[in-house]
Amino acid sequence: MELIAYGAFFLTTALVFSLITLGLNVQWGLTGLFNVGIAGFVAIGAYTSALLTTPDDPGRFGGLDWPIIAGWLAAMVTAGLVAALTGLATLRLKADYLAITTFGVAVVVQLVALNAQRLTGGPFGVGFIPRPFAGLAERPLLFNVANLAIVAMVVAVVFLALVRLSASPWGRVLKALREDERAAMSLGKNARLYRVQAFALGGAVMGLAGAVQAHFIGFIAPENYLPTLTFQVWVMLIVGGSGSNVGALVGSLLVWAIWAGSGALVSAVVPTDQQARAAALQIVAIGVMLCVILLVRPTGLFGGRGAAGAGPRRRAKPKPEGRRHPTAPGVSRASPAARGSPRARRRRWRPRRRSWRCGYPRAPGRSNGARRP
Amino acid sequence: MSLQFLVDGLLSGAMIGLGAIGVTLTYSILRFSNFAHGDFMAWGTYATLTVVSAIGAIVGKVHPFAPLSFGWPLVVALLVGMAFTGLLALALDAVLFARLRAKGQMIIVVMASFGASMAMRSLLEFLFSSRPAYFSRAIQIAMPVGFGIRITPDQIALLALTAVLVAGVHLLMTRTQAGREMRAVSQNLMLARVVGIDVARVVRLTWLIGGALACVAGVMIGVLVQVRPLMGFDMLLPMFSAAILGGIGSVPGAVIGGLVIGISEAAAVQFIGAEWRAAVAFVILMAVLFFRPIGLFGVRER
Repeated sequence: MELIAYGAFFLTTALVFSLITLGLNVQWGLTGLFNVGIAGFVAIGAYTSALLTTPDDPGRFGGLDWPIIAGWLAAMVTAGLVAALTGLATLRLKADYLAITTFGVAVVVQLVALNAQRLTGGPFGVGFIPRPFAGLAERPLLFNVANLAIVAMVVAVVFLALVRLSASPWGRVLKALREDERAAMSLGKNARLYRVQAFALGGAVMGLAGAVQAHFIGFIAPENYLPTLTFQVWVMLIVGGSGSNVGALVGSLLVWAIWAGSGALVSAVVPTDQQARAAALQIVAIGVMLCVILLVRPTGLFGGRGAAGAGPRRRAKPKPEGRRHPTAPGVSRASPAARGSPRARRRRWRPRRRSWRCGYPRAPGRSNGARRP
Repeated sequence: MSLQFLVDGLLSGAMIGLGAIGVTLTYSILRFSNFAHGDFMAWGTYATLTVVSAIGAIVGKVHPFAPLSFGWPLVVALLVGMAFTGLLALALDAVLFARLRAKGQMIIVVMASFGASMAMRSLLEFLFSSRPAYFSRAIQIAMPVGFGIRITPDQIALLALTAVLVAGVHLLMTRTQAGREMRAVSQNLMLARVVGIDVARVVRLTWLIGGALACVAGVMIGVLVQVRPLMGFDMLLPMFSAAILGGIGSVPGAVIGGLVIGISEAAAVQFIGAEWRAAVAFVILMAVLFFRPIGLFGVRER
């Protein structure tokens, strides 16, 4: 019985993570937008829903006692709006700016959660968040299973909606923009608009995940939303395979199992005073895992061809770096970006032989040209 | 109103600026934003701290330079730390970034740098625990310099060191062949290669300079405040903001951006409240991105 209750609890947590990962998959897997502030968007959702649905509290703002479902919808709207604003500010610029800005959003959200005591309860967090099936709290098994059922239902709805959406014309435009921006734009698709939409949608799903989790734990505090959360979700998506909704689900279950398992191992084996250190080592292991996967199998378990990050077919955005600098550091001459048709290859070769070498014999071992005068 | 915030801002601005030079060089020459840069900072500081304690264990107590809180061990250790951090950056490039760059997707490199950042930071936490450490626990008496401003000898020394380093990097970038090559690569990589610039060498130089400066910035924080595994990660947003405000690729821009952000942060501490300090860099970043995304001294991408 205990084991089933724990299993249900474990699955519920993992499913909340998979909801966040699904949101990230819209942004990164489908559209190729790099979000390093996931924790921020999750926190926005959690706090929005918590403030709207908790009973009145004289100590702070909010406490409107709304129904849970309204809180969830509001969480989606707020997180989506913040994501849209972030996207509007940065998506006309270089791709890295979005990463830096989302990173900043997460920092600021953390700061507000910690310091705006009247709004967020500060470091003490927000308690008394209404839980669905609160009446069952006396019977842990039933309570956990009921929670699992409702979280699973939310995940299923979002999952099916996203699968449909990525196969829809809208999703195809996103993939087209990811694969070949110029071609898509020449068909009259507004790249920036579509990217902002995708970023907002992903942010809304993350916000929903935060709200769902808040109502399932019943209490939120700023330290739930540290950069480690962002990092875990990234590993989940990359392990599962970016671009694939199934991959997002499986990856988050797998990585959460590894994480929870190694955490349990640490707390069982390591003496209490050393546990903080061992927990740090856990993050090191996951970080190394992320880097190794990026190096060895960038497609993850389920990433198909053409998934974001799935090998050199996809060009970097917004300006295709591979095209601008066919010989960027380390890029071999045979890289697909530089390959081109036989005719283009000939055109590229001719100047090397004729014009700028002016008929001088090539120095041995200096295929790269003269070093400098 | 006290003008003390100007000195505080100048100091934290110097640290941010030194770090931002590395960020801006990595961005303009290697073309990716390196989220691990802050952790180079922390690693360099801990390396310096380790060497200082090692020297202390071997030689015994060394008297500090008269008004300062540190003596020659710190100077030696700083040099060792700078070399170590530069080599660390080179090693990480060889193991991770260079291989991913070869695949031609810069955003994947950004992601890898984020993973590496998390791993490096947690490894520091594992090795040294998250308790803060100090170079010196001695308390310095601040001397009044007029207008209600006070400054300690350590602060003057570190500001002077920053000025020397910034001038050095600026001269390197504008007066030497190596600097010309670095600027050429940042402007047009292919053309630079065609005229015979050894790009691999430029890349190595970039990592060495960026790492060494990150180490100095970290040690400055360590001397003035404290050493923590998180110190570099906390500096990341101010450093990025400074690099973007100054204009990506511009060394003087990064330093001026750092000073602007440092002084604004210090002013925010005085006028709004210390708890909102970290938001200042973000507000400036958003303002720059909305109104002048190429920054103060940036050039439009060709």
